[in-house]
Amino acid sequence: MIPEIGQFSLILAFCFAIVQGTLPLVGVWKNNTALSNLAVPAARTQFAFVAIAFICLDYSFYANDFSVLYVASNSNSHLPLAYRLAALWGGHEGSMILWVSILALWTMAVTLFAKSLPETFRIRLISVMGMVSIGFLAFIIFTSNPFERLIPAALDGRDLNPLLQDPGMVFHPPVLYMGYVGFSVAFAFAIAALLDGRLDITWARWTRPWTTVAWVFLTLGIAFGSKWAYYELGWGGWWFWDAVENASFMPWLVGTALIHSLAVTEKRDAFKVWTVLLSICAFSLSLLGTFLVRSGVLTSVHAFATDPRRGVFILMYLVVVIGGALILFAWRAPKVGLGEKFDVVSRESMLLTNNVVLVAAAGSVLLGTMYPLLMDALGAGKISVGPPYFDAVFVAIMAPGLFLMGLGPLAKWKKASLPEIGMRLRVAAIISLVSALLVPLLMGKLTLMTAIGVFLGIWVASTTIILLVNRIKTRKMATPDLVENLKGIPLAFYGMLLAHLGIGVFILGVTLVKGYESEQDLRMDKNDVAKIGSLEFHFDGTQEIAGPNYMSTEGTFTVTSNGKQVAILQPEKRFYPVQGSVMTEAAIQPGVIKDMYVSLGEPLENGAWSVRIYIKPFVQWIWAGAILMALGGILALTDKRYRILNKKAAKEAQDALEAFEA
Amino acid sequence: MNRTFKFLIPLVLFFIAVGFLFKGLYLDPHEVPSPLVGKPAPMFQAPVLSDASKTFNSADMKGQVWLLNVWASWCGACREEHPVLMAMAKSDQIATYGLDYKDIDQEAQAVLDANGNPYKTIATDANGKIGIDYGVYGVPETYVIDKAGVIRYKQIGPITEEVLINKIVPLLKELQR
Repeated sequence: MIPEIGQFSLILAFCFAIVQGTLPLVGVWKNNTALSNLAVPAARTQFAFVAIAFICLDYSFYANDFSVLYVASNSNSHLPLAYRLAALWGGHEGSMILWVSILALWTMAVTLFAKSLPETFRIRLISVMGMVSIGFLAFIIFTSNPFERLIPAALDGRDLNPLLQDPGMVFHPPVLYMGYVGFSVAFAFAIAALLDGRLDITWARWTRPWTTVAWVFLTLGIAFGSKWAYYELGWGGWWFWDAVENASFMPWLVGTALIHSLAVTEKRDAFKVWTVLLSICAFSLSLLGTFLVRSGVLTSVHAFATDPRRGVFILMYLVVVIGGALILFAWRAPKVGLGEKFDVVSRESMLLTNNVVLVAAAGSVLLGTMYPLLMDALGAGKISVGPPYFDAVFVAIMAPGLFLMGLGPLAKWKKASLPEIGMRLRVAAIISLVSALLVPLLMGKLTLMTAIGVFLGIWVASTTIILLVNRIKTRKMATPDLVENLKGIPLAFYGMLLAHLGIGVFILGVTLVKGYESEQDLRMDKNDVAKIGSLEFHFDGTQEIAGPNYMSTEGTFTVTSNGKQVAILQPEKRFYPVQGSVMTEAAIQPGVIKDMYVSLGEPLENGAWSVRIYIKPFVQWIWAGAILMALGGILALTDKRYRILNKKAAKEAQDALEAFEA
Repeated sequence: MNRTFKFLIPLVLFFIAVGFLFKGLYLDPHEVPSPLVGKPAPMFQAPVLSDASKTFNSADMKGQVWLLNVWASWCGACREEHPVLMAMAKSDQIATYGLDYKDIDQEAQAVLDANGNPYKTIATDANGKIGIDYGVYGVPETYVIDKAGVIRYKQIGPITEEVLINKIVPLLKELQR
């Protein structure tokens, strides 16, 4: 009964999506208020029915209803409750349910919080989001029904893939999708603006907070996934340039470009056409990512079984949504005037370069991801593209961009002077150059790549600090008191500083872990000691322990440094009987300077084990950097100008606008 | 350049991409010239399928010519190839070892129970780590590895009878000499 309610709700949600995606647009076009007023109620009803479908499916997981094929394929009665609930997005069908649920959630948020927008604009916005929803609901209903019954019911389920039985599974997909799908709002803003002919400063100001929220989620989601891979896969990697990872990274790169481009549009009324194109591209890449992952055209670590029918459906959908958006763009964008002029050396030009770099980087990732497919389709044989390509090309493209990142924020709008910027940054340049030589020498080995990496990391961080110092200095005349001075600086500025600092921290983490990680594969008997640097890993032996749905062999390693105990690490080898699979749970002692990482390989004779020990210097900085970036985004959101939750401010803005128009 | 045309560029690029994607839906990944051919096969140790207490160690294969066939229960093309592998197993000309790629042990075992097992031993690669070392592009893939442990040939996609007769068998004769 419950699954049928879910199925029926999905169909109703589909109907309401059609209403939401079509009639209000007609209403705005024909000036028919009855039709255009349908937008908000239709969107909210759609949200309600999608939510019911989601709850019904998750209830089936909760209640172990193995007469539902999807539940039987992805869950098991012995699975702990949190994983049963998260198993909803453990497979294809449920992932799509999560997709539409989050889209509905964003639409709901727009109906609730985007009240300061002019009525017709808001209706178009909501309606465009309805259009996006139609396609995905149709996709679920016609090709990927999660409520399909299995008759007779299975006695027990086939279990969630043990790789996914991890707290990361509970948080990573929803957060990632919040980011991914969140770009649909920026997309809808762009389409509504093209329809409206309103591509101006106000449009940029409305779009910015929504884009930033999505970007924050995407940043956190990607960082989450990377961290998860780091501790779960048992071999200490944190990024694999896998097609699925790339699918989330491309929207991130373009989204980052979009955030910067929106800033220019808001402040200088420039880059308008470019900003609108980026808004379309960011979401298009999210959709393309969905296509690549769900259609199975590319095999990947996250591979799903192939079903060409699904691939064709998503491709058609891409053609309609992206193709439609780009046709609209080609038709309406030429009418948008150029923005204000700016000099070759100016903040605008620096931000433009930043945009070009980020888009080129996204393009190179896209090329690398699609390259095997392109070559094959051209009949030119096959070439595999892997980390060597990505590492080389991506770093080469990003490095100059990161260097400019230090200059850009100090440059003045319209026209800046390079010598002046140079003077301000000479301290940062010296610090960065010295550390580029000193840090690698301290770590034990100087190579060109680590020197460049350290230089860029310190450069980005130190120029960011100089930026703050500079800001304080220029305000010193008006507000001599330091605390008052700091208080007076807008939160958005601090947000920018924090996010840029995060990039610096991230670069340092990547550089140092790549340059100085050490790995040992050992055969260890009980009471053997492995020495790595000043650390001694003493293998105390193993014991059997029982988990909720697995049996585990847990090894114990006591780590000492100069005779002092620094950590006890207990890696596990887990056996999940339902799928008969063995999982490696690494034990990690995280630290600011280094992580100690031990994982059990295979049991050998007489209680000996093959053991992997890694020392990963500064690896935590990678995620710390990502968290700083996200915090920066959050801080920027709390800035007075964008308080989407602040109704009073919204009301005031509305009144001011109306007064102005009158 | 004409101003209107400039705004059509994104659309044109997009449709080119769609063309490739559409074609990609109907292609099978096959015949990638692997950079690993002529290089030593990456060493690996992995649990044996359905008997996780045992370990397959590729180092033990030194001194014999062997085939490493990457397969999975979820892979349709592997079933196409299966009869050819069975025939090879019967002829006893070569030792075929399986690498069960990103698979669930039970399902893999079920496929073998139903269709027969052409492998001497099957190593499992549940998280695809070994596959990454070998540059596995898609499933199935087959590597011919010589006595010195060097990869001599890589077949991407199923081994057809044609491939077997024209490529693999002559190569094996040469290597086993």
